[in-house]
Amino acid sequence: MTEMRMRDAIREAMREEMLRDERVFLMGEDIGAYGGSYACTRGLLDEFGPERVRDTPISESGIVGAGVGAALAGFIPMVEIMTINFSLVALDQIVNNASKLHYMSGGQVNVPLVLRMASGGGSQLGATHSHSLEGMFAHFPGLTVVCPAFPGDAKGLLKRSFREPNPVVFIEHTALYGARGEVPDDPDHLVEFGRAATVRSGKDVTLVGYSGSVHQCYRAADMLAAEHGLTADVIDLRTIRPLDMSSVIRSVRRTNRAVVVEDDWKFGGFAGEIAAQIMERAFDWLDAPVARVAGKDVPMPYNRNLEYAALPSEEDVVEAVLAML
Amino acid sequence: MSVGQAIPTIVGEPPDGDLQQRFLYEMLLIRRFEEKCAEMYTRGKIRGFLHLYTGEEACAVGAINALRADDKIVTHYRDHGHALARGVEANRIMAELFARVGGTNQGRGGSMHIFDVDRNFLGGYAIVAGHMPIAAGLGLAANLSGEDWAALCIFGDGGVGEGEFHEALNLAAIWKLPVVWFCENNGYGMGVPFDDSLANDVYKIAASYQMPSVRIDGMDVLEVYSATQLALAHVREGNGPYFIEALTYRYRGHSMADPELYRTKAEVEEYRKRDAIQRLKRSMTADGLMDEASYEALVAQVDAEVDEAVAYADASPEPGLHTLYDHITKEYEGDSG
Ligand SMILES: Cc1ncc(C[n+]2csc(CCOP(=O)(O)OP(=O)(O)O)c2C)c(N)n1
Ligand SMILES: [Mg+2]
Repeated sequence: MTEMRMRDAIREAMREEMLRDERVFLMGEDIGAYGGSYACTRGLLDEFGPERVRDTPISESGIVGAGVGAALAGFIPMVEIMTINFSLVALDQIVNNASKLHYMSGGQVNVPLVLRMASGGGSQLGATHSHSLEGMFAHFPGLTVVCPAFPGDAKGLLKRSFREPNPVVFIEHTALYGARGEVPDDPDHLVEFGRAATVRSGKDVTLVGYSGSVHQCYRAADMLAAEHGLTADVIDLRTIRPLDMSSVIRSVRRTNRAVVVEDDWKFGGFAGEIAAQIMERAFDWLDAPVARVAGKDVPMPYNRNLEYAALPSEEDVVEAVLAML
Repeated sequence: MSVGQAIPTIVGEPPDGDLQQRFLYEMLLIRRFEEKCAEMYTRGKIRGFLHLYTGEEACAVGAINALRADDKIVTHYRDHGHALARGVEANRIMAELFARVGGTNQGRGGSMHIFDVDRNFLGGYAIVAGHMPIAAGLGLAANLSGEDWAALCIFGDGGVGEGEFHEALNLAAIWKLPVVWFCENNGYGMGVPFDDSLANDVYKIAASYQMPSVRIDGMDVLEVYSATQLALAHVREGNGPYFIEALTYRYRGHSMADPELYRTKAEVEEYRKRDAIQRLKRSMTADGLMDEASYEALVAQVDAEVDEAVAYADASPEPGLHTLYDHITKEYEGDSG
């Protein structure tokens, strides 16, 4: 184990996979000399050269589509989309091509493409630069959506993504790039998709999160324990498609209460999917309706106080738990 | 023929008698296949959107015959002709249109999404210009692998107004990708004439991306063939992409749902006078390569093949409902490297 920051764990995963498999190459806007907008590819240009660490024009649809094409021809491209906000102009390639070609072709072709992108608000970047669209990607059959909360998982999940024969949307929370954690050194350490992690155990409530919201759940669990004498299960979904509902259901059947936490808008969001599945599979165990703590349904405001009010917080989670007792 | 940066002339050997015979056979096969599709559509055997290719046969046959087997093709939704020219069996294409398991895509794709990976036919794509970045990626793969195969990307004039057209051409140009861009300019994007939708001629727009760009007669199979040969030689030598705008015309409506309110019957008749099949037949006859009897025999052969395709498609079963979830993702087989 080595302690490292999230961005270094991500870089290490890419580096190891490039060393392991020469079909792997990287492309994206400013991933070369600049080192990536969040410094995830820093140093890789020097190590692997401009053919395998390729700077691209600002053409999200073009480069994601080029990734699909290279994948169809036997390569394993990683396309970095600077932030998830810009994935919106590449949706045609992600949704109409990457996610569907295997099915539509009757299994003849497959698209081993890794799309990395940074997500989340909280930096006063305003409405166009603060999206959390994990749930939107999880909506599409054919996509795998990975949302790590810890550096160790990020490395294992990203390495696993490079070995997946299908497109993977790998979403990194901007607030977590500097977060530190223990990371396994073993170059064969992979984290399997569709397996949630119980990062904290308790008996009074189940808190469910992914990516940044796992940390809110964790802090809320601290507050519940310290201030209210309550203990919580905290479940880190790690991938939201495939989704490990069994771990959630097992926990809810024990705690009888659940709060789902995410940064994304509440209306039509992914938390609603989890709440519905809990209702379908654990209705008789519930002592209270499942609560959702999510982003407010507004375009993200620039003002710091307004932005803070628009994002879910650990206090909101605590409040939701207390309201269901 | 007007030209951009390069003037296509016959390169290498002009197609010999056998090759011309093959062009004629393939164009006839496409013509009769498409006419049969129209019939099968009115009989309810083919559903969904059906875009027919009659009138444009010379494009598919001329361009695709210039390819090597290891070159890769992506095309748009008007794709039956391209698949046939690539040698995909008429049986399997018709079965796909009938939505049967014997179809190229086991009935999961339909008319607009024909795939045959064994022939490097990597799909018909139904989002206008959505496959153009994919073609750039194929070219990138060719370069990264150090091999000299090329990608042929076929699309309509309607694609030129899409952002993905411009992104893809730009990528191909800056990275010197071995892609031949082949625009089938049939005069219309659905019902809108292309000069109402574009600020400049197609080949001039493409030329601004610093690649050779030519406008050719897309109803002359020999010209299409030689222009594509020239283009392929250019891209294989590492010179970057090449653009061909082939002027052509579709005889039928945009799709079977088109009432054709935007053009006159006289206009269609005018283009039929330039028919690519009749033109080749005439020149082959003049060269002593063809006579009426052998032409009739060719038509009979093609018709038999098309009838056989219908019989094959009809006999092929529908996919079982238990297969609904098959092929959403490819199975992960562990870390095989
Ligand atoms: C992005 C997108 N917009 C609109 C359509 C609907 N549509 C299908 S075909 C077509 C016309 C395309 O014309 P062109 O590219 O010239 O090809 P042609 O049909 O003439 O062969 C349109 C507008 C579509 N499929 N995709
Ligand atoms: Mg057109």
